[in-house]
Amino acid sequence: MLGKLTWDSVPWDNGIVMGAVSFMAAVVIILALIVTRYGKWRYLWNEWFTTIDHKKIGIMYILVGFVMMLRGFSDAIMMRSQLAIAASAPGYLPPEHYDQVFTAHGVIMIFFVAMPLVIGLINIVVPQQIGARDVAFPFMNSLSFWLFVVGMALVNMSLAIGDFARTGWLAYPPLSGIANSPGVGVDYYIWSLQIAGIGTLMTGINFFVTIMKMRCPGMTLMRMPIFTWTALCTNILIIAAFPVLTVTLALLTLDRYLGFHFFTATAGGDQMMYVNLIWIWGHPEVYILILPAFGVFSEVVPTFSRKKLFGYTSMVYATGVITILSFSVWLHHFFTMGSGANVNAFFGIATMVIAIPTGVKIFNWLFTIYRGRLQISLPIMWTLAFLSTFTIGGMTGVLLSVPGADFLLHNSLFLIAHFHNVIIGGVVFGMFAGYSYWFPKSFGFMLDEKWGKRGFWLWVIGFYLAFMPLYALGFMGMTRRLNHYDIDTGWQPLLMVAMAGAVSIFLGIVCQIIQLYVSIRDRDLNRDLTGDPWNARTLEWSTSSPPALYNFPFTPVVDGIDAFWAEKQKNPVRPKETRPYVDIHMPRNTGAGFIMSAFALFFGFAMIWHIWWLACVGVLGILFTFIHRSFETDVDYYIPAAEIEATEKLRSYNV
Amino acid sequence: MSSAAMDPHVEELDEHSITIFGFWIYIMSDCILFSTLFATHAVLMPNFFGGPTPKELFSMPFVLIETFLLLTSSFTYGLAMLAMHKGKSVQVINCLVITFLLGVGFISMELYEFHELITEGNGWQRSASISSFFGLVATHGFHVTLGLIWMLVLMWSVWRFDLTKQIKTRLTCLSLFWHFLDIIWICVFTVVYLMGAIAT
Repeated sequence: MLGKLTWDSVPWDNGIVMGAVSFMAAVVIILALIVTRYGKWRYLWNEWFTTIDHKKIGIMYILVGFVMMLRGFSDAIMMRSQLAIAASAPGYLPPEHYDQVFTAHGVIMIFFVAMPLVIGLINIVVPQQIGARDVAFPFMNSLSFWLFVVGMALVNMSLAIGDFARTGWLAYPPLSGIANSPGVGVDYYIWSLQIAGIGTLMTGINFFVTIMKMRCPGMTLMRMPIFTWTALCTNILIIAAFPVLTVTLALLTLDRYLGFHFFTATAGGDQMMYVNLIWIWGHPEVYILILPAFGVFSEVVPTFSRKKLFGYTSMVYATGVITILSFSVWLHHFFTMGSGANVNAFFGIATMVIAIPTGVKIFNWLFTIYRGRLQISLPIMWTLAFLSTFTIGGMTGVLLSVPGADFLLHNSLFLIAHFHNVIIGGVVFGMFAGYSYWFPKSFGFMLDEKWGKRGFWLWVIGFYLAFMPLYALGFMGMTRRLNHYDIDTGWQPLLMVAMAGAVSIFLGIVCQIIQLYVSIRDRDLNRDLTGDPWNARTLEWSTSSPPALYNFPFTPVVDGIDAFWAEKQKNPVRPKETRPYVDIHMPRNTGAGFIMSAFALFFGFAMIWHIWWLACVGVLGILFTFIHRSFETDVDYYIPAAEIEATEKLRSYNV
Repeated sequence: MSSAAMDPHVEELDEHSITIFGFWIYIMSDCILFSTLFATHAVLMPNFFGGPTPKELFSMPFVLIETFLLLTSSFTYGLAMLAMHKGKSVQVINCLVITFLLGVGFISMELYEFHELITEGNGWQRSASISSFFGLVATHGFHVTLGLIWMLVLMWSVWRFDLTKQIKTRLTCLSLFWHFLDIIWICVFTVVYLMGAIAT
C-alpha cells in the first residue's frame, strides 16, 4: 500500500536533520497560522496561486529562490565548519550525512536558487522590456512555475522522509545506479530534477515565442535591450539543452527501476555515456545562468554611467557566439576520461575561445563606464564587484581548459574555487544587481541603500576569504568532497580562513534580510512615484511602479535602441496622455497549473517510494486536469477602457 | 517611442500563429530528445554482451507492415486537414477515426513485438544493445500513444463543438505532431531496423 515507505524512513535519531526539519515545519506552521489568522487564504489563492501575471510569477520565483538560498547556504556553512575542525578528527558530520549535504548543496544552489532567480527576473522584465502585456502562453507559465515548486518541495521532503542522494550534484553512475545506491536518495534527485526540468523547458519555449512574436511595433531584433537578447539566448539554450537532461534522467530511471543497462557496470552499459550526456546539458546550463546576468550588467552599466552601451552590436554577437560555443565544450569537464590527446585538444581550444566573446563583453562594460558619470548605487556596486571577481574566475577557467593543467587540478579544490568564482561572482552578483535594480519597478518603493551596502561589503569580502584559500588548497593537493583529512597536510589554517569567509557571507545575508525588512517598514518614505527612479533607458521604466496588470495602457511604438531614453531627451517633461483608452484583452487566472502540479507532486513522491497506485492517480490527475482545462471557454476577458482610464489617472506622471 | 494614436485592432495578437509557432519550437526540442536517444542507441547498439544481434532479433516484414500502418495514418491525417480547411466536420471525424485505428494498429504491433522479445528472453535486461533499442522505440511508441489520446479528445471536440477557431489550431498542432512522429519513425526504421539488419 505504501511501497517502500515505513515509519523508519524518517531519520528520527539524527539530531541535525530532525532539528532542521522541526525548524522548517515550525516556519511553515507559523506562516499557515498567520495566513489563517488574517483570513488571507482566499487572497493568496486568487491573487497568487492562480495568477498567470508574469510579474507575480516572477516575484514568486525570486521569493522561492531566496528562501532556497538560505537552505543551500546552511549546507555550505555546515561543510565549511566540518572541514575547519576535521583535521585528524571525524568532525561532527559523519560521511554518509556529509555526502548528502554536498549533493544537496549543489543541486539546490543550481536548480532551486540560481535557476529561479534567473527565470524570475526574465519573467518580470522581458515582457515589459519588449512592450508586451504578458507572455505568449500565460497558463503554461503558471504551470512551469508550479512544477518547479514541486521539484523544490521534493528536495526538501527528502530531508524529513528518507534521505537524499550521496552521489554529488550530477549523480554519476555506477555510484548512482541501483547496485551502489539502493536507497531512495537518487530517486528523490531524479524526480525533483525531472519535474522541475520539464517546467524549465516549458519556460524556455514560452519566452522564446514571447520574444520572437510579441515585441511591440518598431522593436526589431537589433533594437531589443541587451537583457532581452540574453534572455532570448538563454531560452534557446534551455530548449536545446533540457531535453538532453530529460533523456539522461529518464535513462537512469529505467536503469534503476526496470533493470535496463544504459549506464550499468554490467551487460555492456556505458557509464561514460552518462557523463557525456549530463555535461552536454550541464555546460549549456552554466551559460543559461550566466547570460541573463550579463544582460543585467548591460542594463545597469549604461543606466548608472549615463551613457549608451558601448558596442551594442558586438554585445549581441558576443552573446550569440557564447550561445553556440557553449555546446562545443562539454568534454572539458572530464579531460581525464581518456578520450585521447586530439579530442582533449579540440575541447580545450574551444573552451579557450569562449574567453574571447566574454572578454568583448567585459571591455564593452568598461568602455561604457569610461568617461561616464558613474553614479554609485547598489546595482552598479554589484556590477563593479562582478567585473573584478568574474575576471579572476574567467582566468582560472582558461587555466583549467589546458588539458595538461587539468590533469593536475581535476577534482581538486582549485576547481571548486573556480566555479564558485564564476557562479557567485557572475550569476549571484548579477542577480543581486538585478534585484536591487528592478525591485522598485516590481514593488513601487526603493530598497534601503545603507543595509544593502553593508550586505554588499560583507558578501564581497566574505567571498574572497571563502574562495581564494580554496585555490591555494587545490594546489596543495586537497581534493573536493573530502570529509576529513590529516592534520599534517597543513590545510587547516586555510580552511579556517575559508570558514571565516562563510561567516562573513552569512552576515551579508543577514544584512540583506534586514535590508528587505527596513525597506518594507519605511516604504512610504521611499516610494517611487515616477516609475523611473534610476533615470533609465528601456521601456519597462516608462510605466508606473509597480506596473498595472496590463503593463502598458497603450502598446508602445519604438524607433531605436533605448527608445524611452531618446523620448526623455526629446521631451524632458512627459506630455500628458491625450489618447482615448481602449479595452484591453487579458487572460483570466486559472488554478489548473497549481492543481496539475499538485498531482505531479503525488506522482513524484509515489514514484520515489514505489507507491504505484498513487503514481497512477498522479498521472490520471494531470491528464484529466489538462483535458478539462483545454475545454474551458471562459479563459480571457477585456479590461474596460473606463477602468484603465481611472487607473492611469492616478499615475503621478498623468496628474 | 512614438505617441501616434494606435488602431485598437492592431493590438489583438494572432493567437493561432503564436500557438503554432510555439508548438513548432516544442517539436524542435522533441527532436533533440530523440537525437539524444539515437545517439545512445548508436553508442550502445554494438554492446551485445553475448546476447543476440539486431539481425537475429527483428522480423523485417513485420516491421515493414508496422511502418506502412503509420505512414498511411499520416496520409489519412492529411486528408483530415484538407477536410478541415473545407470546413467539413463529419469528414474530419471520419478521417481521424481511420487515422486513430491505424495508429492503434501500429501500437498494437509494436507491443506484440516487445512481448515476443521479452518472452524469448531478449528483454531489455539482456544487454545494453537491447536496452537502447527499447529506450528509443518505446519512447516513440509513448509519443504515438499520447498522440492517440489527444486525437480522441479532438474527435470528441469536433463532434461536440464543430470546427471552431481554437479546435482548428489544435488539429493543426496534432497534425504537426503526427507527421513529426512519422519522420522519427522513418529514422527509427532506417537506423534501428535496416542498418541493424545490415550490420553484423
